[in-house]
Amino acid sequence: MGRGKTIARRSFLIGSAAILGGVAFGTYLVKRDPENPLLADAVAGDAVFNPWVRINASGITLVTPHTDLGQGATAMQAMLIAEELDVELEQITTTPGVPSAAYYNTALAAEAVPFRSNDDGFSATAMRGTMGAVMKVLGAQVTGGSTAVPDSFDKLRLAGAVARETLKAAAAAETGIDAAQLTTARGAVVLPDGARMDYTTLAARAAQIEPVTNVSLRDPSQWRLIGKPVQRLDIIAKSTGTQIYGIDIWMEGMVHASVRSNPRKGAPMTGFDAARTEGMRGVQKIVGLPYGVAVIADNTWRAFRALEEIDIDWDIAPYPAEQADHWVEVAASFTKERLDREWRHDGDVDAALEGADVITAEYRAPYVAHQPLEPLSAVVKVGATRVDIWAAHQLPRFVQQRVAKRLDMDTEQIHLHNQFAGGSFGHRLEFDNIDVAVDVAHEVPDTPVKLTFRREEDFAQDYNRQIGMARGRGAHADGKVTVLDLDIATVSASRSQSRRLGAPMPGPDTQIPAGAWNMRYAIPDLRVRAYAVPELAPTSSWRSVGASTAGFFAEGFLDELIHAAGADPMEERLRLVNDDDARRVLEAVAEMSNWGSALGPNQGRGVALVTSFGVPTAEVVEVTATDAGIKVDRVWVAAEVGRVVDPVTFENVVAGGVIWGLGHAMNSEITYSDGMAEQDNYHMAEGMRLHQCPVIEVRGLENSDTVRGVGEPPVPPAAPALANAIFAATGTRLREMPFFNTVDFV
Amino acid sequence: MKLTVNGTEHEIDVEEDMPLLWVLRDELGITGVKYGCGIAQCGACTVHVDGVAVRACQLAVGDLSGEVTTIEGLGTPETLHAVQEAWVAHQVAQCGYCQSGQIMQAASFLDLNAAPSDDQIDAAMSGNLCRCGTYPRIRAAIKTAAAKLQEV
Repeated sequence: MGRGKTIARRSFLIGSAAILGGVAFGTYLVKRDPENPLLADAVAGDAVFNPWVRINASGITLVTPHTDLGQGATAMQAMLIAEELDVELEQITTTPGVPSAAYYNTALAAEAVPFRSNDDGFSATAMRGTMGAVMKVLGAQVTGGSTAVPDSFDKLRLAGAVARETLKAAAAAETGIDAAQLTTARGAVVLPDGARMDYTTLAARAAQIEPVTNVSLRDPSQWRLIGKPVQRLDIIAKSTGTQIYGIDIWMEGMVHASVRSNPRKGAPMTGFDAARTEGMRGVQKIVGLPYGVAVIADNTWRAFRALEEIDIDWDIAPYPAEQADHWVEVAASFTKERLDREWRHDGDVDAALEGADVITAEYRAPYVAHQPLEPLSAVVKVGATRVDIWAAHQLPRFVQQRVAKRLDMDTEQIHLHNQFAGGSFGHRLEFDNIDVAVDVAHEVPDTPVKLTFRREEDFAQDYNRQIGMARGRGAHADGKVTVLDLDIATVSASRSQSRRLGAPMPGPDTQIPAGAWNMRYAIPDLRVRAYAVPELAPTSSWRSVGASTAGFFAEGFLDELIHAAGADPMEERLRLVNDDDARRVLEAVAEMSNWGSALGPNQGRGVALVTSFGVPTAEVVEVTATDAGIKVDRVWVAAEVGRVVDPVTFENVVAGGVIWGLGHAMNSEITYSDGMAEQDNYHMAEGMRLHQCPVIEVRGLENSDTVRGVGEPPVPPAAPALANAIFAATGTRLREMPFFNTVDFV
Repeated sequence: MKLTVNGTEHEIDVEEDMPLLWVLRDELGITGVKYGCGIAQCGACTVHVDGVAVRACQLAVGDLSGEVTTIEGLGTPETLHAVQEAWVAHQVAQCGYCQSGQIMQAASFLDLNAAPSDDQIDAAMSGNLCRCGTYPRIRAAIKTAAAKLQEV
């Protein structure tokens, strides 16, 4: 029984539901349906099949609403539509489109519910469905949570299929030939005699007929693009300096601006003296803001330089000024009052630990900055009845709503032109650049203002990854791990973030224990409890969110128990694993790394298995302890994603996730002193550089029926696999990130 | 003052201490060169001065003596330089923001060392930060480009 059939049938049902709902696919030129944003500027002759496909005489345009942060979202979305539409990638143009409720994320809800991703029970399924409906009602167009692929996989193929079948119907009407006799290829309907009718010439006719919504999806055996290596749509532009990012936007009459906001994040600016900027060349305006001071100049550098000449008084931080006090607060959070939720309790941990030879350990994870290479920027033009914003953002609709509120205007008057991002890693889920640019542009109406953050400002204003600790207790018997009790206390990045969104998050935070409570192991007595540390410095989603900390705690401590039991780290995990997908990724990395083969005297291997965003991901790291320090030699990684849509980008993004996880675990932290982040540029928080990069071998497994995204899941296993490898090589157990505080790396 | 960028001479009227980066980006509108850190820690602003890689964020335009080449002058989408060809063949980029600097650094490096060892590649490229983690492909692309350049 082919899996393809199953998928196609299920997809068809989803498609039908959507048609009944009238949101996604029943919108073919239906002027009465306001949901399709492409109708707003459709003109005669435009066939606007649904929110994702527009064809007219001059070309084929595919709308790819998931923001391209470097993860290849644009190419992936285009590939899915093109697969069913029967167009080649060189025949189409793409656009991020305008922010719209029509692009609500159908997949994001899955991680927001308190059920394990492999829990298909009634409650879990029902609640995921409810959350999906909530996303729809909110019109939450979101890029994040590794959801671009799962959100798009069925939906965009259906969008392509609807357009294709409608074009065939148009050709049938034109020629009198039954649609069943027609085929499609390379952007044309092909008649039985081989004659071709280009989609672009059929568009005007297609725009006048009823849509064909009774479509089914192709069997995977027929795919031309999905799963095949194709050239990324943006690869030429990104290899020639011709890709335009938000920071590159230029327009006539534009002025340049930069800002210094209170580095004690969230506190006000209390006064400033800009006397020394008098007469500085190119400086046009000094703008005092409640939270800082901005300079408008005729050149970015002149704005930067003027900022340095302003003396500014800052209020004190609304959180502990010194890093040590942050740790005190975290350590004080393992209390009944701060228990966020007991997420899992198999067996009876308290009884099992009674009288046992209990092993204990304490783990720590620091604040870490996002710092994508393109600094935060935005171009904003504020007019009396219209505001235009050019910036890359993961939450485009929220940007519009937020700016409308800030300026007391209607959401429809705010136009966001979403841009390609020079990285994000969660950074572009926040709004500081938008807020500041709007405030500054408001001072010079009808003038486009390009705001650029200095790198130092970007570091100072980052909403870092959550800080946290874990306390583990465990026991073993007969060479097996028998008890694992893990208490995790972190600040809640999700609550911090949702507060700023103006939508306080109800219920416990699924992210505090993410990657730990859902461990796919059958340990007889297993408990995972999450404690919420009250807000300290504000935090936000950082690539892989909670699993980047909880996954490290869980897999590091489990490794300690396995070693204490005298078992092999791989064999014991394979014995404990209770899920086929997880077992297969472990088996894959065992085979890829030739686990168990002889190593040199100063070498060690470590393994970790963490499931995040529904993707079980296993990694083996191999290190050598040299005289100069630890050298990370090789990494093998396997992830179960159901379907690899774009294998070239998949390999790149998974390897990049490993590098992200390793580099920050090794080398990066943000610490506070006098209320300010002490690290202000890459020399103090650089992640990984090329000379430290191991050889990485990637494998995607496709056994699951559920298609998953892979932007985040490779990150969490990297840190514990490395710590476990270093233990194997040196006997030093690393329980605190970043590791460079404990060991040297070459 | 005068400066020559990608073979074109420009007359500019700016402070002598303005970094070349900002002259290129904001005065001349050449945006392939990127601002990343401003302190020569990331390499996103790498350009060539008389064929040698320099960090444009640290070079005051008044100190410039030589012709400037940016990524736009190295090759174009229609006529790729061998290094760019290798970058395309290996599909190196993710977000791509660092890649102008990576390519300019690699092109200059290969000009000085046509057959680099792995260690030499690591040493030459470690000043260029890539936050997406495309390093394995950068290494592979440099080897491909080196082989291609040796054929010529």
